Amino acid sequence: MSSEISAPSYRSKILLGAAAVLILIALALLPFFVGLYQVQLFTYGLIAAIATLGFNLLLGYTGLLSFGHSAFFGIGAYTVAFLVRDAGIHAMELYILIGVPVTALLSALLGYICVRHTRIFFGILTLALSQVLWSLALKLFWTTGGSDGLRVPRPALLGGMLTFTGSGAFSRFINAYYYYVLAIFAVCVLLMWVIVHSPFGKALQAIRDNETRAAFLGIRIRHFRWMAFLISGTFTGLAGILWAPLNGLTTPEVLYWPFSGEIVFAALLGGFRNFTGPIIGGIVFTYLKSYAVATTEYWQFLLGVVLVLLVMVLPTGIVGGFAALVRRFRRKEKPA
Amino acid sequence: MTLLRTIDLRKQFGETRACDGVNFTVQQGEFLSLVGSNGAGKTSLVNLISAHLTPDSGQILFEDKDITNTTVYERIRAGIARSFQIVNLFDGLSVYDNVALSIFSRDRKTVRIASLADHDADVHRETLEVLGQFGLRDKGTFVAGGLAQGERKLLDVAVAYALRPKLLFLDEPTSGVSTRDKTQIMDTVSSVVRAGHVTAVVIEHDMDVVFRYSDRIVMMHEGRFLADGSPQEIRANKDVASILLGAPLAD
Repeated sequence: MSSEISAPSYRSKILLGAAAVLILIALALLPFFVGLYQVQLFTYGLIAAIATLGFNLLLGYTGLLSFGHSAFFGIGAYTVAFLVRDAGIHAMELYILIGVPVTALLSALLGYICVRHTRIFFGILTLALSQVLWSLALKLFWTTGGSDGLRVPRPALLGGMLTFTGSGAFSRFINAYYYYVLAIFAVCVLLMWVIVHSPFGKALQAIRDNETRAAFLGIRIRHFRWMAFLISGTFTGLAGILWAPLNGLTTPEVLYWPFSGEIVFAALLGGFRNFTGPIIGGIVFTYLKSYAVATTEYWQFLLGVVLVLLVMVLPTGIVGGFAALVRRFRRKEKPA
Repeated sequence: MTLLRTIDLRKQFGETRACDGVNFTVQQGEFLSLVGSNGAGKTSLVNLISAHLTPDSGQILFEDKDITNTTVYERIRAGIARSFQIVNLFDGLSVYDNVALSIFSRDRKTVRIASLADHDADVHRETLEVLGQFGLRDKGTFVAGGLAQGERKLLDVAVAYALRPKLLFLDEPTSGVSTRDKTQIMDTVSSVVRAGHVTAVVIEHDMDVVFRYSDRIVMMHEGRFLADGSPQEIRANKDVASILLGAPLAD
């Protein structure tokens, strides 16, 4: 018996943990080496990574391609905007404490409808439901602000310990918010890692690989898909909650289907068949889009070209491609 | 003791009668083979009993309880498991995870979301035990999709066996493998199943395998039972010989 199986692989987990801590330290040091704009951009990247991480629980681990994840992101963002406008709340922790259950509840409701179908029907249903929310956000302008959206001012962090007014407020907020999002990002990554390596996560992968056999092991397929949908939507909703104060404005665009497409794109870019792929994809996509928008007015064309190249040249994404390279390098190193 | 009984079970696909009033019994502890030519209705019968298909009429009794209208999930919980004619594995998962998942599901641990799967000592121990029984222990880290056909067949049975069912249906566990592998697979499956006191029903085409390993043989033809008896009785049955082999069996 190989040693990897005769005892739980503590060694690999310790190595993985050490690597994660090193990366976290490097990310914590980032604001000391880059400018404010880069810190802000990377914060957007971390938020996109949380959204894509959630999305990938459905695509990569359950085998369900959602074209409607903008709905959860938008629900999170609009919940924050409503809390600011209607309840006068300006505390980030309250946004999260209230926003997460709201997105979880709506994910549960939408999931109950969507997981009754699979493949293209599932994709179309998620797309349709997100479009319903988008049209509501656009048409109910007296509530949602219509296409102008709703303003979200900078909230207080850590129970009011950090507030951002007066001179230099913007730079102080960006720096503080970066660490705030980084901490939540770390917790989300850890949570998702545990989920996908839990018996529940293994059951999801079984459903993805072979639904019929999974059913004949006594796994309740629809129930597990619904659970995955709920978790996935909640993670993406949390990303929306974090995004709204950073962006300062919530508009219907975050509910629109191209935004769902961006989440799919990010997952493909990083590689949806591995854990780190969506994280890398979310961050890289944020940079790619920002620089594409800054470089040319035909930025959608540029992103389209990247997507085509990605599918043709790097179908397993950045992380998948990198892993393949490492495997090839190791094979060459081994004597024949 | 009768473990399973079907009463006048019928299933029709268009004009084809896959099961035409089948009265089938399985006694506890026996190793039974279900034989017949292609289209005889063997797999349809197993599909009906395992809830993969719904019967048009008739009854299925398991441990004297009517399970005719129960779901796949309920039949698994009652103690009926099966493997498939075409290997049905979780190809993206490791060999270890394929078996472990079966045990997690049986013990209702698949709902656990906040604990690591490979840190469950009981499941870990049992998974290694099952893999060892099926001679797959040294393949534990391999991805199931990368195994050879014979090993995939064994793993397919191991995954079903790990549910610790009372009644295990094995749909052609040796199809598509070499003659040498057939013997090895059947030796392994037979010894594990008998040692575990699991009642087994095997669908098989290879009559050498059937005669060698079965306590009882049931032959189906055009959706009906043609013969039912010990290997000796079936060997002597002229109807069986003429339909299955085209000629009387030689001693």
